[in-house]
Amino acid sequence: MTTLSDPPRADGFRLSLLVRDKRYRSYTFQAIALIALILFFGWLASNAIRNPVLRQAGIDFGFLADPAGYDINQQPIPYTSQSSHLRAAFIGAINTLIVAFLACATATVLGVIAGVLRLSNNWIVRKLMAIYVEMFRNIPVLIWILIIFTISANVFPQPSAFRGDNPEASPIFGVAAITNRGFYLPRPYFTNGIGAVADEVPADAAAPVAQEVASNANWLIVLAVLVTSFFAVRAVNAWATKRQNATGVRPTTLWVNLGLWFVPIVVTLVILGLRWEVPELRGFNFQGGILARNSLIALWFALSVYTGAFIAENVRAGILAISRGQTEAAAALGLRPGRVMSLVVLPQALRIIIPPLISQYLNITKNTSLAIAVGYMDLTGTLGGITLNQTGRALECILLLMAFYLVFSLVISAVMNAYNASVALKER
Amino acid sequence: MKNSVLLGTLAFAGLAAAGASAATLDDVKARGSLNCGVNTGVPGFAAPDANGEWQGFDVSVCRAVAAAVLGDPEAVNFISTTGKTRFTALASGEVDLLARNTTWTFSRDTDLKFDFVGVNYYDGQGFIVPTALGVSSATELDGATICIQTGTTTELNLADYFRVNDMSYEPVPIETEAEARTQFLAGACDVYTTDRSALASVRVTYPSPDDYVILPEVISKEPLGPLVRHGDSEWGDIVRWTYFALVAAEQYGVTQDNVEEMAAEAGDNPEVNRLLGTEGELGAMIGLENSWAKDAIAAVGNYGEIFSRNIGEDSPVGLERGLNALYTEGGLQYAPPFR
Repeated sequence: MTTLSDPPRADGFRLSLLVRDKRYRSYTFQAIALIALILFFGWLASNAIRNPVLRQAGIDFGFLADPAGYDINQQPIPYTSQSSHLRAAFIGAINTLIVAFLACATATVLGVIAGVLRLSNNWIVRKLMAIYVEMFRNIPVLIWILIIFTISANVFPQPSAFRGDNPEASPIFGVAAITNRGFYLPRPYFTNGIGAVADEVPADAAAPVAQEVASNANWLIVLAVLVTSFFAVRAVNAWATKRQNATGVRPTTLWVNLGLWFVPIVVTLVILGLRWEVPELRGFNFQGGILARNSLIALWFALSVYTGAFIAENVRAGILAISRGQTEAAAALGLRPGRVMSLVVLPQALRIIIPPLISQYLNITKNTSLAIAVGYMDLTGTLGGITLNQTGRALECILLLMAFYLVFSLVISAVMNAYNASVALKER
Repeated sequence: MKNSVLLGTLAFAGLAAAGASAATLDDVKARGSLNCGVNTGVPGFAAPDANGEWQGFDVSVCRAVAAAVLGDPEAVNFISTTGKTRFTALASGEVDLLARNTTWTFSRDTDLKFDFVGVNYYDGQGFIVPTALGVSSATELDGATICIQTGTTTELNLADYFRVNDMSYEPVPIETEAEARTQFLAGACDVYTTDRSALASVRVTYPSPDDYVILPEVISKEPLGPLVRHGDSEWGDIVRWTYFALVAAEQYGVTQDNVEEMAAEAGDNPEVNRLLGTEGELGAMIGLENSWAKDAIAAVGNYGEIFSRNIGEDSPVGLERGLNALYTEGGLQYAPPFR
């Protein structure tokens, strides 16, 4: 108020006012900070320009179009050693997203279970969960990755143990093999789908074998059927809620819902001719089926249990923040403990849990870059590892690497913030 | 907080700037020690012994250069580098010299801006497999799981070899020799591939070496040699001619034992006299003491002695001289004249 009661005279401006006067002070400091920032980045840029190595080689992203020359084991999209470095980078990016997605999902499940159970009334359960949380979050995640990887490489049988008439190990139910190179699982495929036509069956084949139709369009059909079922079930539930509101009695929807979920998908799969490709031991390894490599499993499992411990603490904090009166009031209404948790406590706790959960998801995504420790070919392994090394284009590769991770993280933040907004307290 | 970040960046930039300066020889002399990049541990080539002293074939190159430049073979800081970190370490100036069984290739010499000063070991890529697998040739490896060090030429050779021979394989990328050992011994990969010299070297460290066999195929040329940064030819010359001095010493029968005696006074062979500094001013021409070559040979012995002490047939690694014999004995090791 004093500043207003004492308006500055036009001729009374002194330089010291820039610091002393509240009206100018903030601008002064912001201007200084801005200049310092510009100078700092200018100095960084000039340093980079004057760097002798960089001056000779220059910045050139042309190498991305050259053949990569190396092989990658886990290929979500087709790739050969003759594909470009860019394609190798994309394979790495997809592999990063695969393990990040899997780890986020399992870490959340683990974290919520452990967090809720840590508040259990059962002493043993409570202490067990406390041990889990303290053990996993206090040992570096890299160590966990290495421990799990080393254990799986040394404990599980080698593929050769499955060989012979009286093998030391045999596949589970005859269809899935757990080896020290990874888990071999059956792979579903279609024989009647749309898309690419199957190869002709050789005339001299002993028994006509159903040929695979190699087209991803069939999976889109399956997805579309599942989405339709989902909306149909939602419509039925909405109708049931309406009836309940009108009559006070909720009609039984269980059988209708089960039917809506299962009948269409089973019919679709039969029409498309679903078959399973069972992994078989041929040569050095099991062939066919899906291989979940050791490296993927170690990384996925380690990130899940490690981050799950942090999420458990977030969940516990969220639940503890809900006043005890809420639980007691719900119990007084006759709700059972499970329903008190799912209907009253967790929905309110979510508002507190979600923001730190976003950070944990970002941590998982960034921690996937430890993949190289177990030879999982993620983005850091392909673009930031082999490509960087074989081409020597360090600056370009690191810039691209930063851009990729920044985009991943910003997208995850945006999605989770949107979800946070949807569960936040609506103030009208 | 902001301060520490800023200072950290400044310090980093300062280091980078120091590393980039051209006169490596002056830096080494001012520092009083040589920064030498070596392997993370391949017995026979570069590995610390029971006393923590680095020993090996590549390590000898570092010690010879330190002896020639500083007169002291112990004045070396050994810096372990992996296949991935080695080039960054050299380019950034963290090491003055990289002696880490690195293959001389066109793109490393030109595009990556390094200078290979010579070939101290002519090698080729091979495969090692457990004997129990019953494999006798690399052409039987279709479908195998193969452990391979990332960031090496072997990785590219492997891809080419299997593509050309129309075979498939499952690569398991690994970072260091120690990881390779864990994975291979656990049977997580059927085959381990790298340079044959390294395979012979690690095989002797396996619990039962006889259970593993190195396949006869050599699928690539791997001329391994020490390298320096491009653009400092004076330093490159010093390392190159120190290495040649070791080769020439073997040719002329100069050994670790007799070098002092031979350097005491000029002998009959003028080339040996020039090499050992009893005649001419070769040392001054590369900015060193005239006794540079004598110091190097006195420190580590001649090429043949280094070979047989570290990796030769009498050592545990047990490699033959083969291509690495002197040219006079049918090999490829050849030193240009000291004149």
